[in-house]
Amino acid sequence: MDGDDRIFHERSPGVEHQESRADFLSYTAGLGLAVLLTIGSVVVAQTDLLWPPGIPVGLVVLAFAQIGVHLVFFLHLGTGTDNTNNIIALAFGLLIVFLVITGSCWIMVNLNDNMMAMPGR
Amino acid sequence: MTVAAEPRDIDTQELLVAIGGVGPAPTRTVVAYGFWIFLLSDIIMFSGLFAAYAVLSGNTAGGPTGRELFDLRTLFIETACLLFSSYTCGLAALSGEHQRSDRFYVFAALTFVLGAAFMFIEISEFVHMVGKGAGPSRSAFLSAFFTLVGMHGAHVSTGLLWLIYMAAQVLAKGLSPVVLRRFLCFSLFWHALDIIWVGVFTMVYLMGVD
Amino acid sequence: MFGRLTWDAIPFHEPIPLITSVVVILIVVLVLGTIVIKGWVPYLWSEWVTSVDHKRIGVMYVVLGLIMLLRGFSDAIMMRSQQAIAVGGAQGYLPPEHYDQIFSAHGTIMIFFVAMPLVVGLMNFVVPLQLGVRDVAFPVLNSVSFWLTASAVLLINLSLFIGNFARTGWMNYPPLSELAFSPDVGVDYYLWSLQISGVGTLLAGINMVTTILKLRAPGMTYFRMPVFCWTALCSNMLIVAAFPILTATFVMLLLDRYLGMHFFTNDGGGSQMMYVNLFWAWGHPEVYILVLPAFGVYSEVIATFSGKALFGYRSMVLATLGICVLSFMVWLHHFFTMGAGANVNAFFGIMSMIIAVPTGVKIFNWLFTMFHGRIIFTVPVLWTIGFMVTFVIGGMTGVLLAVPPVDFVVHNTVFLVAHFHNVIIGGVLFGAMAAYNYWFPKAMGFTLHEGWGKASFWCWFFGFYLAFMPLYLLGLMGMPRRLQHVTEPEWQPLLLAAEAGALLIFAGILCQIMQLYVSIRDREKRRDLTGDPWDARTLEWATTSPPPAYNFAVMPQVGARDAFWEMKQAGQPAAAPEYEPIEMPRNSATGFITAFFAVTFGFAAIWHIWWLAILGLLAVAIIMMAFGWVEDRETEISAGQLARMERARPNPESAS
Repeated sequence: MDGDDRIFHERSPGVEHQESRADFLSYTAGLGLAVLLTIGSVVVAQTDLLWPPGIPVGLVVLAFAQIGVHLVFFLHLGTGTDNTNNIIALAFGLLIVFLVITGSCWIMVNLNDNMMAMPGR
Repeated sequence: MTVAAEPRDIDTQELLVAIGGVGPAPTRTVVAYGFWIFLLSDIIMFSGLFAAYAVLSGNTAGGPTGRELFDLRTLFIETACLLFSSYTCGLAALSGEHQRSDRFYVFAALTFVLGAAFMFIEISEFVHMVGKGAGPSRSAFLSAFFTLVGMHGAHVSTGLLWLIYMAAQVLAKGLSPVVLRRFLCFSLFWHALDIIWVGVFTMVYLMGVD
Repeated sequence: MFGRLTWDAIPFHEPIPLITSVVVILIVVLVLGTIVIKGWVPYLWSEWVTSVDHKRIGVMYVVLGLIMLLRGFSDAIMMRSQQAIAVGGAQGYLPPEHYDQIFSAHGTIMIFFVAMPLVVGLMNFVVPLQLGVRDVAFPVLNSVSFWLTASAVLLINLSLFIGNFARTGWMNYPPLSELAFSPDVGVDYYLWSLQISGVGTLLAGINMVTTILKLRAPGMTYFRMPVFCWTALCSNMLIVAAFPILTATFVMLLLDRYLGMHFFTNDGGGSQMMYVNLFWAWGHPEVYILVLPAFGVYSEVIATFSGKALFGYRSMVLATLGICVLSFMVWLHHFFTMGAGANVNAFFGIMSMIIAVPTGVKIFNWLFTMFHGRIIFTVPVLWTIGFMVTFVIGGMTGVLLAVPPVDFVVHNTVFLVAHFHNVIIGGVLFGAMAAYNYWFPKAMGFTLHEGWGKASFWCWFFGFYLAFMPLYLLGLMGMPRRLQHVTEPEWQPLLLAAEAGALLIFAGILCQIMQLYVSIRDREKRRDLTGDPWDARTLEWATTSPPPAYNFAVMPQVGARDAFWEMKQAGQPAAAPEYEPIEMPRNSATGFITAFFAVTFGFAAIWHIWWLAILGLLAVAIIMMAFGWVEDRETEISAGQLARMERARPNPESAS
């Protein structure tokens, strides 16, 4: 059973059958954007382009942008009618990642703050 | 799985899809979705390692810090390798969909070479660090670094083995729908690894040399 | 050659493990011997071991869970007895290093190898039937999941005969679980068996989420799914989200133990609090993974035996989704006392109280379902009503514990022990028992004896209260958990009452064994000939008991919620259904073989037999590649064969 006999021929989590040129353009555009964003991250990290305390924020924004580029241009997320499940799953996954990482950081920072100072740690 | 009810017209069909009433989805959709869920679970596993790294990155136990160890030039090269290998993987998938096995092999080979280059650079970096006494048992920071980056590298290595296996399947069975479906899973995996790498190079390397 | 495995690993000098080992080995040899001599091996191999049928796999999970309940419960009786006796001057019969292994094994086994298999097995059996489809999304993966869980069970039970188990408690906190303080194999048994079963559970979660979201009968929209399927969906979403965190945490602890890393060590900058944080980030969703399907069971049971549709379907679904998301926002309440400060504690305390609200919504919906219904007090209904009373009490003590200053006083006392047993037994176990009695006829083809079932319920119910209510009092009086020896003589009467309660529960278990024996003995008289012994509402009752391998000869066209009830109201179609060829997955030995090598790998890793560990891993990789190469995994049943099989089935009236 391959699913070729169905109307909705899914190719990846979300895409409908598109023209081959469109897909080639999608991948190439994605690559171009990703390269720009990577260079951007290095520039932000290594130069004074951003106000120094804002560098981590800038890096996070650029990272999210690049992840978005990957999801849209390489993984073709966001297109196709049966795509809602995929986006909801992603949203749920991102929520959990956010809760685990920021929750852990918040908790651990507070725990560490309340610890006695240890010599030579 | 049996044949589902035939749709009467596109609008009803779209509505039914939206509220989920069309019956069992085709195999390709089911497999792709299942693999997507697996990838999300893998990303959550990485987030546990990311959380540990975030908490432990300052615990250098008097040993070397990220600033002393990370070389941004090699980081840029290995990032480029992985990113371009994601691109060639996409082109390989495209070639497969269009039944062009010649192009498929070329792009698959490029993907492999670029991925292997990434692993070579990363392993060299690890060996170099261990040689300097900055191995994973030196401090909690280094344990977290080696585990997070190493876990990603282990995934990439597994992916490279999988790629060889997929090429063997194409050689033996051609670009059949089943093989294409399996390659779809591989490319999802490969793109997801690049997504995780974006997180790694931002949080570990770029913020580490801050 | 054998790593650190020597003859010293066998407990020749410890009477209790030695005698247990001998008895268990004798029983295993007896059972296996009977199977071989009676020639049941081919049948068991082709019908059960290599089966990829969700119904068979579900039954095997439940059998595994029930057998491990016996082991976990014997641990409980041993602990209760020790605490009842070892007061003041008396020392009891269990030395501390042994007692510590028992409470660690008790918790680990009950959570991972009793509750999880019971719940997963239940969902496996019921969900595809309720969705009106033939099997789960990935049947071979389903088999792999089961056999990985079974191999983890084997591994953890091996710790009784060869080596020892962890002495760290079921949560396995560092630094005690680190190499410096637990250099022996106990913690490694814990870590490897849970990592192996964790992989199985994760795969099962992925399987079930995909099944529920992508494979439903035509016409079954999301809001026509039975509530049990909604709770199964949310529980499996939690599995997919939470188990990876546990995997990552155990990977870090394993790296500390095997490669000398410093995630959680005392030196080198390790953070033990990080372990506690990550462990409970998994641990709290885990309890909702267990309880949500139980809530689903209660919804099904109460609707069926009240003769009414479930009250408030949409609010049930929303409450379930709410619990699903909120369960990831409360985990710090397991370590209020670790010192995160007022702001953090307050946030998580308030969230912990908020999460009680959707559960309250569910309780009211069940009550409103019963209101003006015609209630039949069958055994499943008794378990359900028992749950409602017991779980509400447990939930209330939970809300009490959610107040950080209260928790400061009773954290790690037996008050906490009473609370979590209250909600797990009252919630999860009672749900498993209700489900067992409710769906047994569907799975096995004959009903369970009601009298013994009722007796077992009452023994469990009163036994539970007698065993655990004294613990609330003792906790408030200051008794810590996990005591091998009790110093306060005034606590002894309450501990004796608790022991009596445990014995009453034991009587309940004996009643269940009796119930099973009597039912099997009289099975011909107890045959379920209609497939619908309870006059129920959902699609699994539209099949025969037990259902054929393909579940439904023709996939039902669903027009409404409570699809089977609607079909019964609409009456029987005049014409015979038109059969079309269907494809069924072939049996596969992949699961069993993978499990075999998983046990090999786990055992080798524990005992540092490196060559065997590498071989085990390679073998698993080869099996995966072999499985991934094969394309022809299905067999076709032609329309003619289907028609013949359907005509041969005992009941014509419930066929879809």
